[in-house]
Order: sequence, then C-alpha cells, then structure tokens
Amino acid sequence: MAKIVAITGNEAVAHALRQVDPDVCAAYPITPQTDMMQRFSSFVSDGLVKTELILVESEHSAMSSCVGASAAGGRVITATSSQGLALMWEILFIASGTRLPIIMPVVNRALSAPLNIHGDHSDAMGARDTGWIQLWSENAQEAYDNTIQAFRIAEHMDIRLPVMICLDGFIISHSIERMEYLEDEEVRNFVGEFKQLNPLLDLGHPVSYGPLILPDYYMEYRKAQDEVASKVSSVVLEVAEDFEKLSGRKYGLFETYRLEDAEIGLVIVNSAAGTSKDVVDEFRDRGIKAGLLKPRLYRPFPYKETGEALKHLKAVCVLDRADAFGGSFGPVYLDIATSLYQYKKKPILINKIYGLGGRDYLPEHAELVLNELAEIAKTGTVKSYKEYISVRE
Amino acid sequence: MKLKGWKELTPGAVITEAGNAVQFKTGSWRSFKPVWIEENCIQCLFCWLYCPDMAIKVRDGKRAEFDYDYCKGCGICALECPGRKGNKAIIMVEEGK
Repeated sequence: MAKIVAITGNEAVAHALRQVDPDVCAAYPITPQTDMMQRFSSFVSDGLVKTELILVESEHSAMSSCVGASAAGGRVITATSSQGLALMWEILFIASGTRLPIIMPVVNRALSAPLNIHGDHSDAMGARDTGWIQLWSENAQEAYDNTIQAFRIAEHMDIRLPVMICLDGFIISHSIERMEYLEDEEVRNFVGEFKQLNPLLDLGHPVSYGPLILPDYYMEYRKAQDEVASKVSSVVLEVAEDFEKLSGRKYGLFETYRLEDAEIGLVIVNSAAGTSKDVVDEFRDRGIKAGLLKPRLYRPFPYKETGEALKHLKAVCVLDRADAFGGSFGPVYLDIATSLYQYKKKPILINKIYGLGGRDYLPEHAELVLNELAEIAKTGTVKSYKEYISVRE
Repeated sequence: MKLKGWKELTPGAVITEAGNAVQFKTGSWRSFKPVWIEENCIQCLFCWLYCPDMAIKVRDGKRAEFDYDYCKGCGICALECPGRKGNKAIIMVEEGK
C-alpha cells in the first residue's frame, strides 16, 4: 500500500535513498542540498540503513570517494548543488568515462558570481556534456520516482553510467507537497541486488582502473561511450514500464501535455512546467490550441523522439532557466533546435530566459509567451528570437 | 599486435588481465643500448638488482644476456656495474652506430 504524505522534495529523495540502502555515500553539504544529506546521515546514525557514510572535505573529494567506492564494487550515492557540482567537474568525467553507476541527486541552484543560493538550472545544464545521464523532475513525486528508477538505469549491464536526478532548489527541495511513497520492500525489490562489474575488491580476479589511453585507443573508448549513450533511451523506457506496474505512475523520455493537436507550444523543464500547464489549460479554454513538452531524460537527449513530438507545431518557445553565455541561446533551446533542424516543415522557434537565481516564474509569464506565440503563428513574424523575461530595464 | 576495435573493449578501460605489461615491447624507446662485456663481469648481479624493468636475464644463478625487447636504455646497469679492475662490464652504445 502506498503511503501518502506531505513532504519536501529533499525529504522525499532522502527517503528514496534510505529505501534503496546503498553501500557507500560520500557527500559534502551545500545549500539547498544540505537538508537532503543531513536527513540521510540521520538514517545512517539511527541504523535505518547499512550505508558507509564518508564525510569528506569538499565535493571534489566526495566525487573522488564515490569513484573509488564504485570501482571497488559498491552501490554508491552522493548529492550536491551549484558550486559543489562545479567543484566535482574533473571527477564527473572520470565517473562516466570509467562507466561507474553512481547516483547523484542535484538540487538545482544558480552559479556564482554574483553569489546566489536559489533555484536555477545553470549548475546541471553546465554539466550536461559530462557523460552523465540526467533525469529532470517537476516536483517531489517525480524526484522520488526518478531517484528510484535511476538505480535501475545506471546499473543496467548495457549502460553502467552515472545518473544525476535534477530537482529545483527551494521551489521543490524545500516546499511541502503531497506525494506517495512506495513501501520499503517494494523499492528494494524494484532496484534489486547490486550487480558488480569488474570490482577492484574481487581479489581472485585482479583488475586495474584508470590506465593511460594514448591516441591509438582513445577514440575507440569514446566511440564505445557514444554507443552506450544511444542505448540509454530504451533502457529508460523499459525501467519506466516496470515502474508504472509498481506505482501506477507513467514516465517517458519526456512528458507531453495537450501537444498532439497543438499549434503553439512551450518546452520547459522542472518545476515551472507545472505552472505552465495551468496556463496551457486557460488558453485551451479560450479555444487556443496550446500545448507543452517537458523534457525528462535530458542527457542523452532523445533528439529523434523530441523532434517528432514537436515538428507539427507552428510556433514553439523554449524556456531556459539558464543561459549559455556563448552569445547564442539557452541550453534547452539549442537541443530543441537540433532536434527540429532536419525537418523541412518545422515550427518557428524562440527562446526565453526566465527565473534565474530563483526569480519567480508566474502564470502571467507563461501567458505573455503564449500570446506572443499565438501572434507568431498567425503572422509568421518574430520580433526577437531570444529574450530575457521578467527582467527590469 | 593487432589493435582492437571499439566493440572489443572493456567498459571504462578497465584492464582485466593482470601482468599484461609483458605484451608491450618497450625496447623501441631506447636511444642508447647497454652492451655486456663478459670478460669484465664479476657476476655480482648488481645489474639484475638495479634494472627497473626485468631486462637482465639470469640463468642458473649467473648473469645472462640483456632482454632488448624491454630494455629502455636507461643506463642504470652501466652506472652501477663495478666491473673488474676499473674496466666496466656494461657500456652504453648509441643505437644505430
């Protein structure tokens, strides 16, 4: 029987981690992740999990410890935010290149400078090309469900890649919502026993990790990693199907909301998608065919499926809660544009940057964007392809 | 050695066969080659002891020939060799001469 509770996003994820009971956790506190790992360390102290908790002196050490523990043959977790993720940078590539199935909730927060602790996607968006799988979550329920599914995806023998589970700092991590827990035993059965692959601690079969790979082999290893990335989508769907049988909650590579017959649409990840769906309903009530696509598996990005889902629209706005300071567009926009480029008939695509550093995203912002899209769909004229919204002149 | 294709690699570049350094013949790195002058050798086996690889062979407790497949020409054996009456039993000769 599912248990219904009122709970914060951080607490929900901490409970998912408790239910999985991993072998090792190495973590360093950073706002807004702190309270998730604080709760998890209480579970360790209270003997609710058998996890070996490693208290480290930085996030660089946290991720390094995770790499060591994972290579040794353990089921390993950590969690971080913002500057912490930035400090892990070097080791993120070592975890993915070494194909270690480490699980890491990332409580999304803005990057310094200027210093800011609030919800923003700059941290995980910046880590989108590190070789990690990324699952994004709209609310506490999705963060909880994604965390549980992440273990199955990461540890699948065809995949063996680390996974980040992204949830919005404060908006989700610290707000109380209604959600449903699975039973501990159900979660334990769902994730199953951890299966090792070439563990360092198997003394009967000695192995070496981290060799120098020179120009004669480096490209072959990269090609092999690219090939693994192409298998992730199908494993994500397979795990989602099993999860639906267990929980009744359905997950895909992305969520589409009233998109099938839509003429204008929004693409938006995480918590702001909830607000946007309400506004899409209002537009539908007024007879305007609006819809929404919310990416879930953001890395590896399902270009083909996303392009197919959006190609019939007349105008689409991608809303990014991070900018890519390359003088071009936000990160999600770049991926959506790539997924649509190959089609002859495709929507006009605009980009809005919103909600940086925790700036509120309100229904009126979605309304402004949808009104602009309706105008673009009618006239075919675009006044600006990229714009910051809700910003003072 | 035939190079493997990307489908034949171990995930994450993990090396699963222990002691496989023997497959890499590093002798081609050498620019100076040690040469053994047997009449000056007192069989102290310092060269065998000091060799950072395993490029000096010993047979029946006696110094045998160099293993040029793995000798990188570092010259440590020639430096440490006490020789006989001031005459070295190992000298370094430039490769290609």
